[in-house]
Amino acid sequence: MVYLAPEGSLDTGFAALLYNKRRVRQSERRFCVFERYGKLVTILQTVKAVSQLEADAPHSLVVRFDVDTPLKMDAGVPLSPLSIAYQTYGTLNADKSNAILLCHALTGDQHVANAHPVTGKPGWWQVMVGPGRPIDTDRYFVIASNVVGGCMGTTGPASINPANNRAYGLDLPLVTIRDMVRAQAMLIDHLGIETLFSVIGGSMGGMQVLQWAASYPERVFSAMPIATAAKHSSQNIAFHEVGRQAIMADPEWLDGRYLDFGVSPTKGLAVARMAAHITYLSDEALQRKFGRRLQDRAAPTFTFSADFQVENYLRHQGASFVDRFDANSYLYVTRACDYFDLAGDYGGTLALAFKGAKTRFCVVSFNSDWLYPTAASRGIVHALNAAGASVSFVDIDTDRGHDAFLLDVPEFIATTRGFLEAAARARGLPTA
Amino acid sequence: MSMMPDKGHARLPAAASRLARTARVDLLVVANMVEPKSRVLDVGCGDGALLRLLAEERGVDARGIELSQKGVNDCVAKGLSVVQGDADTDLADYPDDAFDYVILSQTLQATRQPRQVLEHMLRIGRHAVVSFPNFGHWRIRMQLAFRGRMPITENLQYFWYETPNIHFCTIRDFVALAQMVDASIERVVALDRFGEPMLVHAPWWVWNLFGDQAVFRLTRKS
Repeated sequence: MVYLAPEGSLDTGFAALLYNKRRVRQSERRFCVFERYGKLVTILQTVKAVSQLEADAPHSLVVRFDVDTPLKMDAGVPLSPLSIAYQTYGTLNADKSNAILLCHALTGDQHVANAHPVTGKPGWWQVMVGPGRPIDTDRYFVIASNVVGGCMGTTGPASINPANNRAYGLDLPLVTIRDMVRAQAMLIDHLGIETLFSVIGGSMGGMQVLQWAASYPERVFSAMPIATAAKHSSQNIAFHEVGRQAIMADPEWLDGRYLDFGVSPTKGLAVARMAAHITYLSDEALQRKFGRRLQDRAAPTFTFSADFQVENYLRHQGASFVDRFDANSYLYVTRACDYFDLAGDYGGTLALAFKGAKTRFCVVSFNSDWLYPTAASRGIVHALNAAGASVSFVDIDTDRGHDAFLLDVPEFIATTRGFLEAAARARGLPTA
Repeated sequence: MSMMPDKGHARLPAAASRLARTARVDLLVVANMVEPKSRVLDVGCGDGALLRLLAEERGVDARGIELSQKGVNDCVAKGLSVVQGDADTDLADYPDDAFDYVILSQTLQATRQPRQVLEHMLRIGRHAVVSFPNFGHWRIRMQLAFRGRMPITENLQYFWYETPNIHFCTIRDFVALAQMVDASIERVVALDRFGEPMLVHAPWWVWNLFGDQAVFRLTRKS
């Protein structure tokens, strides 16, 4: 069991004794995570410390590729050794024909359908993945890996660089969406799977889905790019740049070497998260959820404290994010999205990326998503049509914005179920 | 009607399977105008009944466009490849000769720009198959002539103020449109109000008066 104890309680006092042995800074004692087995407290760390440990010793399956099998990166350099942290759910069938790869979004990870080892919260897609769910773990073998550049166990800027035994920081080559997908392909090879029954993901995960379909068309039986785009727009890049500059402006960023000094640019990272979080929600959703309502007060205080509920909400989003996510990792994954322009790799014509594709596509957008709007998905659909690919496209009517793909939106869940059922029939897999 | 083109030949398919037996007659007529194993785009595919008939009875690679989210969801749930979109705006994005057949089944009268839609169909597909209710049917003429009210029939059950059908035409109107967009009529079938195909050799005015609906297969002249 994992729970959070506030500072000053007996538990945190006890924890502090052990922290010192683990060289965890005093400033990180705001919250403590306890794992209890019966009444015996066995592990005591801050959320931040747990999250830093996850970068190199994750609570996940890990496959390591050594110097013989480096990741050939778009930056022009090989990356080795390479660790890929991943989770699996369900059982691979004898034909190895029932594997589904789930690609996570910007700050997601491999913990799709289990409690998160750092935060203790449920997996990010438990609404969609599990026994009897559309991505049915009773029938499918579901794989989810942390992306290259991430901070949950796959090699990223918080991982230890074997060359100098320090965290990579900015010494890690820039990562692209294609690099992430190449690494995933190495994992799929390692698992002995030739063809994936489906590759599914939203947002940055959707970009990986598109890249999979373009790079390995024969290995992708069906694909669901959700709430995504085939390239980052100027506005998308602009928002990401705001986030990166917020991190870099934090004096504790230390040119990306903060881990060497045991500090973290939490203020900058929190601001980055706050700005990004606004783009994940629609105007209507914010209005409905918060309006102009005040936070635990009857009147404005005439100060800059969080008078409004929406301010309080965003501050909370920022504060809880910095405990679980590495700031440099945020720089890398946002940059990967910015560099993504699938058509650019095919002479500017997106349709050529999918030429001759046998993959069955289901493109999904949400009509209140202004981060990757419906028009971006239509662009993908047009290209797939031009390429003669088999494509379905649903624009889900919801006011919940970009984050709708993570939420319980019945139309979306029904679409996913229907598409996968039909694909399963076509692949000769048992259907529900 | 010497200026009118020949109607060609039409036969109803032998209704073999349960799916074919239970399908609407006009869908069977449309399906019968499509070569087996061809590539087909059904514009305004609704819940996918025709797509399914084409896929299962004629082994067609069938794709659809549908405006309503419910229709699209129904189709996707049936395993059909359907794109949410609008015939008036989204056909422009399809490349030339992408399909063997482009079908517009009972949808022409609901489009904003029927002529443009038809031109796109002829551009995207080698053949265009269009079925529509005939507004020249005598019962419709009677309602307008003697009751002085907008017609409401079994097939057209909407009041004028709520109907999605904004561009009605008669069989002869459609023949004129086909000539205007430089299409030649390959085959045509008219169904009477009992769903029976009418005699091929009946003159056009008989079809226009007694045909409840018509199915045309067109192709580009040049």
